[in-house]
Amino acid sequence: MSERQVEIEVLRYNPETDKEPHFQRYSVKCREEWVVLDALNHIKETIDPTLSYRWSCHMAVCGSCGMMVNGEPKLACKSFLRDYPGLIRVEPLAHFPVERDLVTVIDDFVAKLARVKPYLIPKPAAPEAATGEYQQTPAQLKRYKQFTLCINCMLCYAACPEYGLIPEYIGPAALSLAHRWNEDSRDGGREQRQEEIAATEGVWECSFVGACSEVCPEHVDPAAALQQVKIKSTIDWYTEHLMPWRNK
Amino acid sequence: MAQQVGRKPFVRDARWEWITRHPRYLRYLTREFSCLFIGAWTLMLVCAIARLSEGPEAWAAFLEGLKSPLVVAFHLVSLAFAVYHSITWFQLTPKALPVQLGEKFLPDGVISGAHFGAWAVLSLAILYLAGAF
Repeated sequence: MSERQVEIEVLRYNPETDKEPHFQRYSVKCREEWVVLDALNHIKETIDPTLSYRWSCHMAVCGSCGMMVNGEPKLACKSFLRDYPGLIRVEPLAHFPVERDLVTVIDDFVAKLARVKPYLIPKPAAPEAATGEYQQTPAQLKRYKQFTLCINCMLCYAACPEYGLIPEYIGPAALSLAHRWNEDSRDGGREQRQEEIAATEGVWECSFVGACSEVCPEHVDPAAALQQVKIKSTIDWYTEHLMPWRNK
Repeated sequence: MAQQVGRKPFVRDARWEWITRHPRYLRYLTREFSCLFIGAWTLMLVCAIARLSEGPEAWAAFLEGLKSPLVVAFHLVSLAFAVYHSITWFQLTPKALPVQLGEKFLPDGVISGAHFGAWAVLSLAILYLAGAF
């Protein structure tokens, strides 16, 4: 197993003593097959126990270890050292306040996620309500399955310039999850979600940069979800204004 | 009980640093700024219609003005931006307009290819109507 000396610069911020964040450099011997998260764990265990960051599963499932690696939003557990031959610069996820070192304040995202009601809202008087069995064909599942893969890692928020410029923007992941439920044949909550997602701060802040889909570690393709919501919302508007007889 | 630790989150001002963070953002900005040239070219088209309505002399003078090197350069730059915008836009169409057939989606290339095909056919039709062939 080959090893090499890796130079890692980590953005440090201690809210109790620091006025602003600063970079701290570590030189550590790492195995070639390690990921950035392994290197951070190695630093924490052997050099600096005060280094703070979030992580849990180490297998790109929990979405906790999102951070900027050489300026790109990445899961530290999915960023292999062999892909970074030179200095590795690790920073907290962009566009989020820094709580401490690589730990960010994610309250804004969590609140926005709740606003889009990312859960099943049964159709009123659905026949399934009596039996409790909501059936779905494989084709109906396929329609939205891709959007279920979101792990709430927030890399898309760090990649999205619109979110950086307009903090009120609901953002890619929350909007994609709203779309995921709207596209679910068992769900009847679209009208409730539209108030949030078809608003100015919803999909209409998106200018289709497409960075969210490029950085998504689960290939959810939030940019696709957002454009589909835009088209459906536009059809809603025309139906409402040009075909009033179709309104209930 | 654990000691209460004071919170003091630090907000980094990174509103504009994204532009240089990755080439994708420059590509995006190029696509967005292409609208300035396409818009200016469209305004020129409106002026052309106005000159045409003023009679043959005004139209001839307008056509003469088009031969100036600056106007030719403007046309070339506008064309380049229009082509860049159209190509990058059509490449994105599979995201906005997925077509599901049973348990499968049509491949992305079919959807963007249909747009490129329609673009070519319409362009040729316009060139034909303009008497280019």
